[in-house]
Amino acid sequence: MDELLVCMEGIQKYFPGVHALNNCSFELLKGEVHALVGENGAGKSTLMKVLTGLYKKDGGTITYKGSNVEIHSPKEAQNLGIGIIHQELNMLPHLTVAENIFIGREHKAGPFLDSKKTNNEASRLLESLNLNIDPETKIQDLTVAKQQMVEIAKALSFKSEVLIMDEPTAALTESEIESLFKFIKQLKAQGVGIVYISHRLEELLKITDRITTMRDGQYVNTVKTADVTIPEIIQMMVGRAIYEEPKVQSMVPEDAPVSLEVKNLNSKQVKNVAFQLKKGEILGIAGLMGAGRTETARLIFGADPMTSGEIYIDGKKVNIKTPYDAVNHGIGYLSEDRKRFGLALGLSVKDNSSLSGLERFSKIFIVNDKKAEKETNAYVKKINVKTPSIYQLVKNLSGGNQQKVVLAKWLIKNCGILIFDEPTRGIDVGAKSEIYKLMNDLVREGKSIIMISSEMPELLRMSDRVAVMCEGRLTGILNINEATQEKIMTLATQRN
Amino acid sequence: MFKRNNKLSISGGSAGFQKILALSTLFILYIFFSIFGNNFFSVATLVNILDSSYYIGFLALGMTFVIITGGINLASGTIMMCSALLGGVAYNIWHWPIGMSLALIFFVSTFFGLMNGIMIAKLKLPPFIATLGTMSITMGLGAIISKVMTMRYPTVTDPDGWFKFLFYKTSGGFPVGAVWLALFLIIAYIILNKTIIGRYTFAIGSNEEAARLSGVKVDRWKMVVYTLDGFFGGLAAIMYAAAYTSIIPSTGNGIELYAISGVVIGGTSMSGGIGTVSGTLIGVFIMSVLKQGLMAMNLQGQWQTFFTGFVVIGAVLLDIYRNKKANQVKKD
Repeated sequence: MDELLVCMEGIQKYFPGVHALNNCSFELLKGEVHALVGENGAGKSTLMKVLTGLYKKDGGTITYKGSNVEIHSPKEAQNLGIGIIHQELNMLPHLTVAENIFIGREHKAGPFLDSKKTNNEASRLLESLNLNIDPETKIQDLTVAKQQMVEIAKALSFKSEVLIMDEPTAALTESEIESLFKFIKQLKAQGVGIVYISHRLEELLKITDRITTMRDGQYVNTVKTADVTIPEIIQMMVGRAIYEEPKVQSMVPEDAPVSLEVKNLNSKQVKNVAFQLKKGEILGIAGLMGAGRTETARLIFGADPMTSGEIYIDGKKVNIKTPYDAVNHGIGYLSEDRKRFGLALGLSVKDNSSLSGLERFSKIFIVNDKKAEKETNAYVKKINVKTPSIYQLVKNLSGGNQQKVVLAKWLIKNCGILIFDEPTRGIDVGAKSEIYKLMNDLVREGKSIIMISSEMPELLRMSDRVAVMCEGRLTGILNINEATQEKIMTLATQRN
Repeated sequence: MFKRNNKLSISGGSAGFQKILALSTLFILYIFFSIFGNNFFSVATLVNILDSSYYIGFLALGMTFVIITGGINLASGTIMMCSALLGGVAYNIWHWPIGMSLALIFFVSTFFGLMNGIMIAKLKLPPFIATLGTMSITMGLGAIISKVMTMRYPTVTDPDGWFKFLFYKTSGGFPVGAVWLALFLIIAYIILNKTIIGRYTFAIGSNEEAARLSGVKVDRWKMVVYTLDGFFGGLAAIMYAAAYTSIIPSTGNGIELYAISGVVIGGTSMSGGIGTVSGTLIGVFIMSVLKQGLMAMNLQGQWQTFFTGFVVIGAVLLDIYRNKKANQVKKD
């Protein structure tokens, strides 16, 4: 059990102008699940890229199963038995499970593909892992969790003894996570060593044996999971204690005016949703993956068509058919997937921030750039976007700062109702609390916020009320003083 | 002024760099042919270079907008020819005054631009397919209405000869077409960089869905861009008619490829979101210098076609290489 699989010592890595890894160490035992944690940019992925041959190390040694190795390419890593499961799955959706597993090393009969052998080999592999998946199913017909397991099976088919998993649960539902964990335990029993990278600290306690923390490209320490608590892990990650306390009492007065009300909201995924959002309030929306939370937000924002429903803003009925209408009624939507739905990555901070309010800066068609620059600068300063200048391209900013650019866009447009969809997803712990502070500042200024979140601590810390959804329906709204994790979970699983 | 340039170089990104490279290429080619070509270094050649740039220049200016949105217009050349033919039919057969015939040219080209826009923005056809259809339609329509007869525009000796003086060369031989091109370069520059249309053009090309979710009426602005492209096609048609006088039916396809080449050589990204109009014009001039220069070395048009291919591939390779490098540095 205690056989050393991988030992990395004194690893150095330089990028132009950055000392990305400074004297980093990491070890992995046979049959161990070893977590690698740290804020974004701490160097976790860089270290793993060195291990898988994607980056060349500038110093230090890698020992694999007792012998010193130099790994120059992912192919070499694969041959050694080191496999990696990326956060984004690399599967070809139109091909079958078996075809995906053996892509690049197809079984052939003469000049032709031997699909019988391919399928047989695949089912033998899947059976050996106790996976009940038909090798002839197309990848697109599987759930994300199943796809992930196929990807793991594929990695293992290279006789991998080391498996690196980068945020494996990011796209999974609770029950899917359970089955993934079961699977991981089984791999562990077979002697596979697993490097587990995740931001979800609660998971680490459940599944890992040891935790190695990194900070700013440096190794911090390695501890036994059984010996630490979440606040302690966070403290190791950020070098300071910032664990969140839940909000006890809402400060929003009972009789605060209602700024947004939706009635009878319906679409394919949303069923009869109705709620009120008060001025100065943060309304959390909780629910499991697929509960229809994002879909509800997109309906209110006009991004998807609704089959029926009424929306009232400040008591007046409004007709929202497109995002253009929503924006003009003062609704701003911050998507969970900023890069796809929130930002023009190739444009500057200024062009992104002024995009929605552009008509305000323009006479006839001519844009008054002076005015746009002035306002962008003002908001960049106000919400503390860290960028060398407002002409910096957004793709060069960190996740937290990108999120702030999207926020600046809505503030410049003067939106009074902001919908934050997973506002801190992919944002590191330090920037998280800054986003929280911003949201609190905004409601204090009289804006109203809907916050969709999958993180319980976030919901309990930020919300004045928590609305819970399940399978497209609103199953309950809890005041913060009565809301607990247990009550939220009960409502979130209240299926009909 | 200096300060502003500084900003542009930051937000212009790779287009800015590639534009400088294209400009140096233009000068190097010019110097090369001046040394090795027969009688290349002369005012006459310079005028020839300008002459052969007009119509492709206008098509390429319109195409720049389309490509920055992430689209393409394969019908660009045939829209030009179709509108020139229809204007010719009005002038030759229906005996419309020349002014009205020119107005018809704009009407036809802008109409087909709008049609492209509706198909792409409202009916959600991929630009490649929609404009491929328009290419066939316009090429066919021109031939149908002209009954496959060549249409003629006034020559300098005709009473309407002012048309040629106004859009091609003055009686003194001054290339007035270059003035038009310069004027519309400035107009195109202003539209692309100083107006809402331009800002939305970049936003749509950079991330169409994010633009929509920012409250930009993407459909409407895409239609505006394709309509504008059609309008530039009308300008190109007039320049073509003024320069070449005869319009032959069932021609025009293939010209769009030169327009696209000019845009790409000038540093506009085929995947959208990045581009400049001045770069486009430099790209068009590179092709013209190649053409005139190779002629001065006794190599005919086919050699221009041959070498243009290398320039296009080189320009795109450079773009890809630079993007890759930029992405590598910021990773992790």
